Formats: sequence, C-alpha cells, structure tokens
Amino acid sequence: MSEFTVIRAGSAPGLPVPATPRNVPHRGGEANPSAATLKAKFGDAIVRVDVVWGETNVVVAMDKALEIITWLHDEPTESYEYLSDVTAVEFRDRGLPIEIIWHLRSLKHRRFLRLKGLIEKGRPLSAPSVYGVYKGADWLERECYDMFGVTFEGHPDLRRILLWEQYAEGYPLRKDFPLRGRFSRAEQLEQALAANPEARYSMEELSVADAYADLPQDMRARIKGGESTGE
Amino acid sequence: MGLIDAPAPGVVSLDAGQGDGWITTRLDFLVNWGRANSLWPMPFGTACCAIEFMATAASKFDLARFGMERMGFSPRQADVLICAGRVPFKLAPVLRRIWQQMPQPKWAISMGACASTGGMFDTYAVAQGIDTIIPVDVYVPGCPPRPEALIYAIMMLQKQVMKERMSGTSRDEMTPDPLSQLYIPPSRIDKLSEAFGNSIPQTRSGQ
Repeated sequence: MSEFTVIRAGSAPGLPVPATPRNVPHRGGEANPSAATLKAKFGDAIVRVDVVWGETNVVVAMDKALEIITWLHDEPTESYEYLSDVTAVEFRDRGLPIEIIWHLRSLKHRRFLRLKGLIEKGRPLSAPSVYGVYKGADWLERECYDMFGVTFEGHPDLRRILLWEQYAEGYPLRKDFPLRGRFSRAEQLEQALAANPEARYSMEELSVADAYADLPQDMRARIKGGESTGE
Repeated sequence: MGLIDAPAPGVVSLDAGQGDGWITTRLDFLVNWGRANSLWPMPFGTACCAIEFMATAASKFDLARFGMERMGFSPRQADVLICAGRVPFKLAPVLRRIWQQMPQPKWAISMGACASTGGMFDTYAVAQGIDTIIPVDVYVPGCPPRPEALIYAIMMLQKQVMKERMSGTSRDEMTPDPLSQLYIPPSRIDKLSEAFGNSIPQTRSGQ
C-alpha cells in the first residue's frame, strides 16, 4: 500500500520516449518551443534566438530578464522549475559585450533553455537577481559576483563565496586579470595569512543572512549563550 | 643542522654541560630511535596525492611497518604533517594554524609537485610551495608520487630524526614576523615562486 507512484525515466505522461539526438547541426535546427512563445509574449524584449548544437539560446533585454524568467517559471505551459546555472562570459574580443547566462530546465516538459543578457563594455556590471524565483540562485550568483564582479540587484547576501572576503586583487575570471594575480607572491601570501579562518567560519557566520531561525535548536541555544568556536 | 662528531672511541665524557658527552649522545640515540619508529602522521590531504597517501597507508604498502600505526587526524597528537596536494591561498592560514597546533618535536613532508612548488597551478589562487608557509623537512617529487616514493621520503625522514640532538636548535619553533606573519623574507618567497618552464608564457599581465 504505497502512496507513491514510481516514475521511471522517460515515462513522463503525454510525451514520447526520449531518444538521444543524432546528427545535431552546429547552427540551426529545431528551436525550443518556448522561444516562439517568448517572442509572441514579450516581443522586442527578445533580441535574438539562436539554436547551437541543438540547444536554444535566447538573448533577452537585461531590463526585462527578471520578468521573463519569472514568467517562464510560473507559466504552466513553460514550467521551468529548475535553474541549473547562473554564470557570465567575457570574450577576449574587447568589442563584444559581457554575457550573463541563465540555464533553465523544465523537468515537466523536458526542455532546456539558455537565456542570455548582454552588458556592453564600459557599462556597470549589473543584472537582476533571480533569487526571488529560484532559491538555488543564491550561491550561483555569489560565485558569479566573486569571479566576474557582476552585481546582482536584489540578492539578499551578495559577497564572495570561493575567495575570502578580504581578497583585494579583483575578479579572477575577467579578461584583464593576470593569471598569477596582481600582487607579488609574498604579498598574496601575507594577505592570505592575515585572513583569520576562525573569524570566517564560526557558528556566528551561520546567522548571517537571517538563517538564524533555520538553525537546529541546540545550535541556536549555543549561539545565544555566547559560545564561540576556536581555542 | 650539522652533525656533531661522536666522541673518539675509548674517550668517555660524562660532562653533560659539553652537550656531546657519552650519556647525552646515548640518550639522544635512544630517544631518536623511539621517535623515528613511532612517527604519527597528520594527513593534510587536499588533492589527488591524498589518494596515493591512502594507498600507502592501506594494507598493500602498509605504512604501519614504519611505526606510522596511527593516523593523527588531530594535529595535537601527531608528529609528521604530510601535506598531500595543492594548497590554495585560502588554506594557507589553516595550514599555518595546524602546524602551530602540533606539539614539538614535529616534522613536515611536502608530498607531490603541487605542495612542493605549486606544480602546474601557477595561478593567482595557489601557494607556490608550502615551504613559504611552514618549514618542510622532506620534499617528494611526483604527480602524484607513487607510494614507494612516499615511503622513501618517510625513510629519509627517519634518518633525519636519528640525527637530532637534544642540545641542538634545529627543532626550534618557527617565529613568523609579527606584522606580516611570514617566516621567511618576502624577497625569498618571490624568488621561490618565480615562474619557470612552461608557465612563463602563460602570464598576460600587460593586458
């Protein structure tokens, strides 16, 4: 008497059994049906639709990106309920704009859609945060901020995630960032050693960004009692 | 560390104040023999070298043959820090703290190319050799080193432990510069971290 229905891979109701696509062309081919729907719904906000290696890239106007992503998430006919990635690309050709990229996946309709927003060179690196739609965007956007310096407007806790917070050399994945960093090795080591790990990874850290209420009861009691980690 | 000459045969000096009398040298030998054959490693495994370290510790290569019966995952109950893998700058203060938590006498083995020199990771994120962070006794080349190489390094370390003198100063705790926390001069760190070989054309700092 199980109340769960076993869903096997490939048996989503109303859809043909998926097959591995063969002979996918580099450019062109069948676009994701969501692209046409977006075009009809948002018109000029959809700048361009490319199909590359069978995947659909939709270039959208940055000021409408949040609206479009929210609609893609909420609309039952689209139902993009999973955000796989948020990242950015800077090209070595300095004329090309920096791209902010969202990878959306619809489990229900078995679709993959890549949204791109363009930021012209010289403009402030800023994009809307989709944290309000996908909670999973939290760390993805923090990583993008850490590596590219993109400010995600509306992110609740935008700070470095991979590099330590006092890191002063800039944003490593930008094209103007030298591979070895900007400072001398001795200076880099000095700055790294000055970072106090226990100040960064304490229990109190967990209460940042209003996560305090989500902590287990015993941990909350310990923090409240003023207990700290370390020596 | 200079090896102090053993007293000439037949000459027995009982004067402990000399530092190399018969009793102290024999006692040194006994203590060193005990230490060399009961080194407890503290594995600091950050990358693929740690896999080779695990193989070394497992039954086929059996690190226990060398008295390394017990892996000390607490630095306070360990004698040898085996740094297996690359150390990014973010881990530098952690490695330094772990080293300072280990009680004397203590030794460090830098296992593999990345721990010893930064290896192929000549980037903004990776420390170019852990000897810029803590003093290292034995370097093991290899990417990653075979367990035989690590065992050879451990045997070299045992030989070094046998040469220790209680009156010597070779095992003094390192004292980092209070301001910069570096324990070797910055110019030497830059020298140690210089680009070499294939990594020279990789920088495009001028851009």
